[in-house]
Amino acid sequence: MEKILEKILNDYQINKVNIISILQDIENNFGYIPEEAVFWFSKKLDIPASRFFGTATFYSQFHLKPRGKNIITVCRGTACHVKGSERLIDRLFMELDIPPDEETSPDLKFTVEKVNCIGACGIAPVTILNKEVHGKMTLDKLIKEVKKIKSNE
Amino acid sequence: MNKDIAIKVCAGTGGVASGGEEVLSAFRNSISSAGLEATIYEKCSAHRVGCRGFCAKDVLVDVIINGEKTTYKHIKPDMVARIFDEHIMKGNPVTEWIVGEAYFNFHNKQTKVVLSHCGEIDPEDINAYIAVGGYKAAKKAFASMSPEEIVDVVKSSNLRGRGGAGFPTGIKWELGLRIESDIKYVICNGDEGDPGAFMDRSVMEGDPHAVIEGMIICAKATGSHHGYIYVRAEYPLAVKRLQMAIDQCKQSGFLGNNIFGTDFGFDLKIFQGAGAFVCGEATALMRSIEGKRGMPTPKLWRSAEKGLWDKPTVLNNVETFANIPRIIMNGANWYRNLGTDRSGGTKVFSLSGKVKNTGLIEVPLGVTLRDIIFDIGGGIEGEKSFKALQTGGPSGGCIPAEFLDTEVDYESLAQVGSIMGSGGMVVLDETSCMVNTAKFFLEFTQAESCGKCTPCRIGTKRMLEILERITSGNGKEGDIELLEELGHHIRATSLCGLGMTAPNPVLSTLRYFRNEYESHIRDKKCPAAVCKDLITYSVLEEICNGCGACKRACPADAVRGKRKSPHRIDPEICIKCGTCFDACKFKAIIKI
Repeated sequence: MEKILEKILNDYQINKVNIISILQDIENNFGYIPEEAVFWFSKKLDIPASRFFGTATFYSQFHLKPRGKNIITVCRGTACHVKGSERLIDRLFMELDIPPDEETSPDLKFTVEKVNCIGACGIAPVTILNKEVHGKMTLDKLIKEVKKIKSNE
Repeated sequence: MNKDIAIKVCAGTGGVASGGEEVLSAFRNSISSAGLEATIYEKCSAHRVGCRGFCAKDVLVDVIINGEKTTYKHIKPDMVARIFDEHIMKGNPVTEWIVGEAYFNFHNKQTKVVLSHCGEIDPEDINAYIAVGGYKAAKKAFASMSPEEIVDVVKSSNLRGRGGAGFPTGIKWELGLRIESDIKYVICNGDEGDPGAFMDRSVMEGDPHAVIEGMIICAKATGSHHGYIYVRAEYPLAVKRLQMAIDQCKQSGFLGNNIFGTDFGFDLKIFQGAGAFVCGEATALMRSIEGKRGMPTPKLWRSAEKGLWDKPTVLNNVETFANIPRIIMNGANWYRNLGTDRSGGTKVFSLSGKVKNTGLIEVPLGVTLRDIIFDIGGGIEGEKSFKALQTGGPSGGCIPAEFLDTEVDYESLAQVGSIMGSGGMVVLDETSCMVNTAKFFLEFTQAESCGKCTPCRIGTKRMLEILERITSGNGKEGDIELLEELGHHIRATSLCGLGMTAPNPVLSTLRYFRNEYESHIRDKKCPAAVCKDLITYSVLEEICNGCGACKRACPADAVRGKRKSPHRIDPEICIKCGTCFDACKFKAIIKI
């Protein structure tokens, strides 16, 4: 970990980027923002850790907990909402045993993430299964796709 | 055989999700096994979402032989062989797969200015942009126009901010020009956060050079040498395309020091947002570029006076900048005459929801809502009836059928209780619950409220709680009045646009669909049968033939019954997910 952090720090010092860019780099490298990484940077840069946490919790792109191996993103933009995305979400949580108020299954295999709008409203409702975009999703299709991912596990 | 053959396949997000890549490779295979020479390109790799705007008909394929274009719709990989054999080899188009009237109706009432290049040119190649007249406007501005002249043209074009508020662009630029400062900034706001809107994304991905050219002209007009494009985290392809475009511009001498051979320098950088709706608000966006939490600051000064790092800053939306090169080239009169007296030009809208032809459209301002929904959009999906049009995202409102003949511009939409906003239009039909829709938007604004000012932070939360109460069957007399009171206070006292407009979805649905609220509260019924706690699913025994499809589909094992005899749903176990309703082919399951 230290090595990666050194590299991010180095980029930071050369390009004079800001906290958001540092957090983006940490997130890209680890998949979430580990607490240790924040304290490491806080010490090196003499910036209070609270500023890092304040920024990280403000923006939805940053996660403070490790995320699942498979990431299922359900768009809940307006168009997707009126075409039934809420039902998709409810069913996924049930199917993948994700506790309420969490988004990742306890075995860290699945994360179900809701996103405000990915801008593909023409083919609503939209879900992204491990970066692959699927339009005009139905409950039936979704459950089949999830079973496919599960069987590949 | 001496033919000039070109094949264009839509491979955007819409296209790919519908199998665009597979169609493309099927064409490639056919071509290479026949030993033909053909140009093949992914029309909409340009353009992951917008395509030619008509996502509902994906995968769209153009076959162009000696300049004659045939467009096919709904193409699947296994259909390619026949098109190849009959059309490309023998010259007889496969008529039953060709796009029909709807495709032309979709395009006929549109006027493409901002979208004219989208889906037509390769956005990753600066030469493709130059070939269609790109950077001529910027060169003209640098060679023969003074900053005052540029500002005058933009002012008299009547162009107004396309981000939603509609502030006259020319006046903003004039302020930027007049103020004296050692450093000034130009910022492009690409933080398109409204759910249900994807215009800016399509422009950034499909025609990034037009945005950059508009910014270069703005830099010249306001005497600014530094620029930022703020792009939303959720739009990685837009970031990639813009970065490529910036690099190509630097190589061509259109950005950097001494641009177009003059001693004027303009340096442009991309800043990637990190996922916060409020950052679309100008002051919050600037705080975000400064690396802080994106919280709005009171507008004691205009950004043109004190913006990014307290320096004068001109901030415009993506679509606004993309209009500029066309205005400079074709003149202010041309643009002004496209629109209404109050607002010039065209506007891009993303049309989605329960409408047949979903996609990206561009129309002159002044067109009616009816034209958009019923001519371009082709009417409501599945023979249902129109209920409302939601415009302006979470800051906007719902417009009922009686106002369908409203002409679209900033003022007229405000008059009927909604806003133009950035351009999202979501069509709702009789199966949409207006209380649920209002709750949906409140959930959104409540979650996205930055928390800085009390009316927005606490007010939206209280409004949401009331709506949750109503939709779960626990609404009380007086709730409607309380919602109205809260709404008016939040609108009057919030710090920024997010809070000021947050009550709009609730207030506008209360204005036009009050009876739906009343049924939820008094009768504990959801007229559109959407709100889960207020509906029950049951089986019509006289129709049910006991096929068992619902029983197999039910994830909660709530369906009882023997094969070939009518089934029954156990209301104690039913989770109201609606899976059985979808699974029944005989319409034997009802929800009330």
